Amino acid sequence: MSEGLGKDLVGLENLSGAQLLTILDTAEPFKEISERRIKKVPVLRGKTIVNLFFESSTRTRISFEFAEKRLSADTVNISSTGSSVTKGETLVDTARNLEAMRIDMVVMRHGASGAARFLAERIPSNVVNAGDGSHEHPTQGLLDLLTIRDHYGHLDGLKVCIVGDILHSRVARSNIYGLLALGAEVGVCGPPTLLPPAAGELGVQVFRRIEEAIEWADVLNVLRLQLERMHAGYVPSLREYNRVWGVSMARLEAAPRELLVLHPGPMNRGVEIDSDVADGPHSVILHQVTNGVAIRMAVLYLLAGGQPEKAEAAKQGAEA
Amino acid sequence: MSEKLLLTGGRVVDPSQDLDGPHDVLLVDGAVASLATRLDAPEDARVLDCAGLIVAPGLIDVHVHLREPGEEHKETIASGAAAAAAGGFTAVCAMPNTDPPIDDPAAVGFVAAQGLRARAARVYPVGCISVGRAGERLALVGEMVDAGAVAITDDGSPVMDSGLMRLALEYAQTFGIPVADHPEDLGLSAGGHMNEGLVSTRLGLPGKPNASEDIHIVRDLLLAELTGGRLHLQHVSTRFGVESIRQAKARGVRVTAEASPHHLVLTQDAVEGYRTEAKMNPPLRTAADVEAVRAGLADGTLDTIATDHAPHHYDEKEAAFADAPNGVVGLETALAVVLTRVVAEGVIDLPTMIERMSCQPARAFSLPGGTLAEGAPADVTVIDTEASWTVDPKAFRSKSRNTPFAGWALRGRARYTIVGGRVVWED
Repeated sequence: MSEGLGKDLVGLENLSGAQLLTILDTAEPFKEISERRIKKVPVLRGKTIVNLFFESSTRTRISFEFAEKRLSADTVNISSTGSSVTKGETLVDTARNLEAMRIDMVVMRHGASGAARFLAERIPSNVVNAGDGSHEHPTQGLLDLLTIRDHYGHLDGLKVCIVGDILHSRVARSNIYGLLALGAEVGVCGPPTLLPPAAGELGVQVFRRIEEAIEWADVLNVLRLQLERMHAGYVPSLREYNRVWGVSMARLEAAPRELLVLHPGPMNRGVEIDSDVADGPHSVILHQVTNGVAIRMAVLYLLAGGQPEKAEAAKQGAEA
Repeated sequence: MSEKLLLTGGRVVDPSQDLDGPHDVLLVDGAVASLATRLDAPEDARVLDCAGLIVAPGLIDVHVHLREPGEEHKETIASGAAAAAAGGFTAVCAMPNTDPPIDDPAAVGFVAAQGLRARAARVYPVGCISVGRAGERLALVGEMVDAGAVAITDDGSPVMDSGLMRLALEYAQTFGIPVADHPEDLGLSAGGHMNEGLVSTRLGLPGKPNASEDIHIVRDLLLAELTGGRLHLQHVSTRFGVESIRQAKARGVRVTAEASPHHLVLTQDAVEGYRTEAKMNPPLRTAADVEAVRAGLADGTLDTIATDHAPHHYDEKEAAFADAPNGVVGLETALAVVLTRVVAEGVIDLPTMIERMSCQPARAFSLPGGTLAEGAPADVTVIDTEASWTVDPKAFRSKSRNTPFAGWALRGRARYTIVGGRVVWED
């Protein structure tokens, strides 16, 4: 019998390996929905979901929206650039207003670490964290796990290295927690200015050079280098970043084994990843995008109270 | 007509006179009139039975933010002085980082006048080091001292310009006041919201490394040594900072230094779950730092306990961690937190606590009080060390509730707080 997820999905840090596997396994039957001619099942019929995005996001928001619509939920999108504070309304007021409209779930992206937990503690609706500051991005972490498992059939024992700006990356944190809980070994590699001060204490190996990381790893998860990191002086130039840490075909071909390359997107081609890698045989980047919809369906289904073992039946029209 | 108050049967603990034993204390017309094993009550005296209680020179907090003028929704001088009295403090030093800042004699006079009107704990104004707290040129230090300022500081911000800090340490010597500094290298701490380490890494919050405080402490110590000025270092939170002050004191540098109750008992773990009531500056650090602060308090390296009472309105703290302001209230919990979690745990004994919370703060800021010697101001704190209570922020006299100690079961309370011979708090 699987463990439930609780009310919210704020992060992967506090999920057990069993809970993570439940989500991955639940995503399997949902993958098929997106391959149908009519991509809609009534699993979340009558549920109201608000996609609340305080930071601009295209792919995560659209991925959630497809997941919601394909499960027949009613959805509303609220986008607001800048923080809620600069807008004048506090996060707590936003939460109370949503609650007053009697919604069932909130999917939130916010620039402040801890914002998802803040919201989850204050409203009875389910809260799904779609990225909070530099803290976590749990559905991205889950879809990365699913993509790696699709390729290798398992996660335990694999060596996965996350490459790039670990310091500011919520994707990195969710990946680290999820991979470690499922028995993978995790490495991080990037400019020392962009590695967290306590990286080693997280239970991961730290690589200074991309060549060493590639030599060690089975999988590379390559993070986007935000342009503003260069402006803030963490790296002197994008060209130098590409020369020292960029994932190139030449470097992959020097590896002792065939590597799998992931990237959460959007990519800076020619900066952290070269185009021939992104478009080449190592890349599973588009497979990640496809899996993103299935993972989000699984998360929404489970938080709505759906039983993992009934996911297949639910697709055929049974209530969640 | 004269006002007389007789405190009978208490254990008088007054390290300023090396006194610890059963004594009666007679207060007449706002001063300590006599102290003896047994005193007969004058006919017109009010008698307070202090059997089973500690009678100590009034507690003094040299570091509080009373928010007036400018942020009266957080605290006023009246509410802050009342909170101080309820916490057993007979005097507090009000930091000048108000809006506008206290950087001229008129503003100093305003704080002093509001303090008198409060008729609770005494309120001593502290003036800014620099005009507008801008860190550029010296404020009217002499005129502010004439108006009642007892020290200068740009607290809330450090003095980043070493040249200005040198001038302040030199210039203030004319007036015999200390220069207090908030040690923080703003370049190193930029963007930080908590201690830099494992917890900040996990929570995805930018951190402030110990080095941001250490560098500034060492710089200030070097400048105090260079100038011979009187330096007071505020809220020391790092192990290297404590050790640097210890060595400087051994070299004879004129430096006094604070430990705050929260840095004596809490680590960065209190921030887990993005608890904004555990957000302050300097941040809560590691267990090794807490141990060093406790050891520094024990050996006198950190000679003063000061709360850094920093009230904030509840909805300012009800925010995402990065959006919440720094600071916690402390006036109404400090005595009990120190008694329960520092004294009862054997870090210091009760007389040393009185030394660190009364005698030494008075010396560091050259304030009247800090002693029950005959002729001293009749500022007395009567403490019930056995009283058990649970911290309920709703019961605070302070206008603000932002404490990391809510719900803590503590032992020890001020039974009477007496200022100038007048009982301003009675529990």
